[in-house]
Amino acid sequence: MRPDDPVLEARDVSRHYPVRHVGRRGVVHAVDDVSLALFRGRITAVVGESGSGKSTIARVLARLEPPTSGELRLDGEPVGKPRGQAFRKYLGQVQMIFQDPFASLNPIHTVEHHIARPLKLHGPPRSKAEVHAEVLALLERVSLTPAEQFARKRPHELSGGQRQRVSIARALAVRPEVLLADEPVSMLDVSIRLGVLNLLQRLGHDDGLALLYITHDIASARYFADSVQVMYAGRLVEGGPAEAVTQEPAHPYTRLLIDSAPDPDRRGVLDGGRAERLGEAPDLSDPPSGCRFHPRCPLAMPVCEEKAPPKFSVGGGAGEEHWAACWLHAPEEQQEQAQEQEAQDQHPMTTGRR
Amino acid sequence: MAATATIVTAETAPAPAKARRGIPLLRSGKALTGVVIFGIFILLAVIGPWIAPDDPSQTGGPVLQSPSGAHLLGTTQSGQDVLSQVLTGARTSMLVGVVAATLATALAVLIGVTAGYVGGWTDDILSMLTNIFLVIPALPLTIVLTGYLEGGGWFPIAVVISVTGWAFGARLQRAQTLSLRNRDYIKAARAVGERPWRIVTVELVPNLGAIIISGFLFTFIFAILTEASLSFLGLGSMTTWSWGTTLYWAQNSSAFTTGAWWWYVPPGLCIALVGASLSLINFGADELMNPRLAPVAKRNRKARRAQRRQAAAAGAAGKEATP
Ligand SMILES: Nc1ncnc2c1ncn2[C@@H]1O[C@H](COP(=O)(O)OP(=O)(O)OP(=O)(O)O)[C@@H](O)[C@H]1O
Ligand SMILES: [Mg+2]
Repeated sequence: MRPDDPVLEARDVSRHYPVRHVGRRGVVHAVDDVSLALFRGRITAVVGESGSGKSTIARVLARLEPPTSGELRLDGEPVGKPRGQAFRKYLGQVQMIFQDPFASLNPIHTVEHHIARPLKLHGPPRSKAEVHAEVLALLERVSLTPAEQFARKRPHELSGGQRQRVSIARALAVRPEVLLADEPVSMLDVSIRLGVLNLLQRLGHDDGLALLYITHDIASARYFADSVQVMYAGRLVEGGPAEAVTQEPAHPYTRLLIDSAPDPDRRGVLDGGRAERLGEAPDLSDPPSGCRFHPRCPLAMPVCEEKAPPKFSVGGGAGEEHWAACWLHAPEEQQEQAQEQEAQDQHPMTTGRR
Repeated sequence: MAATATIVTAETAPAPAKARRGIPLLRSGKALTGVVIFGIFILLAVIGPWIAPDDPSQTGGPVLQSPSGAHLLGTTQSGQDVLSQVLTGARTSMLVGVVAATLATALAVLIGVTAGYVGGWTDDILSMLTNIFLVIPALPLTIVLTGYLEGGGWFPIAVVISVTGWAFGARLQRAQTLSLRNRDYIKAARAVGERPWRIVTVELVPNLGAIIISGFLFTFIFAILTEASLSFLGLGSMTTWSWGTTLYWAQNSSAFTTGAWWWYVPPGLCIALVGASLSLINFGADELMNPRLAPVAKRNRKARRAQRRQAAAAGAAGKEATP
């Protein structure tokens, strides 16, 4: 395996939840056809609004839930069934930090318990004293000092930031290669967010971890990540190097996301009158046809309603392609082709649509 | 004995921390009162039969005497010493309570948690079983079953009470398990590779502590009352003394109408006091355990909402600032 191959890869992963409305059965398309690759020593951000399926991706990658379809590959090998020795080994390589530090630690157990368990589960057999020493070392790595004191505390005695550091230490205890951080700072006070982010960044670089950073805040993704993938309503809509995606957004949704981000020294890419405020995500039990963004897109074309756009390259370099799943970026011929076909089976009622 | 042991370990296990010095349960006045009263009865259950001045069955003393120096709680119609009956009966009544509550709680946890955690058809079957036992009228069934086990003493009665009394607790445990199994900390335990058995016993069940304890206390009261009712109706074991047996004989001899209060008030008061003490402990346990579990969920939902509002406001402000 070459060093620049992905450690963990999701290929066309979908995750649907069966739901029962009164009598009627339905399916929530929480994640559809997402392909994502995580590389050693790199931070990949997934950005999207609430309900776009970010946590679902993290749960699938952490093997808390099986994908409905698609494939996960660890070090190039397709992963097997979620049981047995191989599954354990996977969990020893891929760890997750949960979104909500107030819910992710068991209220009845001490900090020491939370960190010692993964050590015992995944490490070589050790004496009690050795485990204790390692717990303290991990607490020091996440800057919870005096470690001896923190080890004895229970979650309710800790602040949100401290809890999140315990979560990080727990994940690191198994010596993973991949760390999945699901909005690790969204529940924290603004003043301590940077500290936790910097800690993650440092740990990621020190250990050469492949880090997935999930966030709804595109500004923090730009500051923090090497690569940014934008998610809308269960699908990835744009991806590429962090600078390129945030400075020259190609997908109208990404532009909207950047426009509505609190960043005063940026001008709107779309003219102000058209830029809609970010509303709620569409109903994922009945997602819009074609491009899922078309009902809210100020630049929607007839084709957008008909066909889901594939990924189109919009530039790149520096080792990573910049792409967008948007018909605006289709090469001329493809766009015409699509439109011709569109014209053929166009319904008279849809002509008036903007 | 087992009762205090259960309560105390459940409360003190998460002990050393600055805010939780001593046995936390005892910091609440109500709970402290409850624990003291209950402790006295546990003590009576242990030493009662030994310190009883007379053999409770021994007749031939002065008949229907009101309390005096010789008979502190008076005598019955056949000249038996009431104090000796109450002291001896304490052991039976409390034993029925302890054994029935322990068995019923164990059954409730086993069935409720399994149903809630495993889900699927296991849940369907166990829930159906629970619902059947829930609607079976407990007292008639108990009467029928104890009729079969006639003469077996207090133990079969305790078993029958637990068999008819576990269902309500099981239902509560199942509901709570369903809510806990989707908490992030349970998912986190799965994500580090904990095995299901350990997740249930170490991560989940301890968080059911409050409702397990209150279920135990409730069944304890229920068992003592049921045993007393059975004995009072003359359906209990007539070979051993319990508070219910004393009440039965008092009733049988019209003590209630002849004004021999010293005969029926002491056993009745004992039952009432045990019930009251358990309720007090339950209040204390509730106060102690709920603020740690409930507000956490509420707090973070609130925080999430506040944070969203903040982000939305910042977003709006940011846009206004752009020309
Ligand atoms: N277990 C489930 N059953 C049914 N629907 C679910 C389930 N889990 C998630 N969903 C749905 O899937 C969609 C994506 O949810 P997800 O939690 O991944 O969003 P998210 O991007 O993480 O949002 P947030 O920013 O609020 O955390 C939502 O519409 C949600 O309602
Ligand atoms: Mg989420």
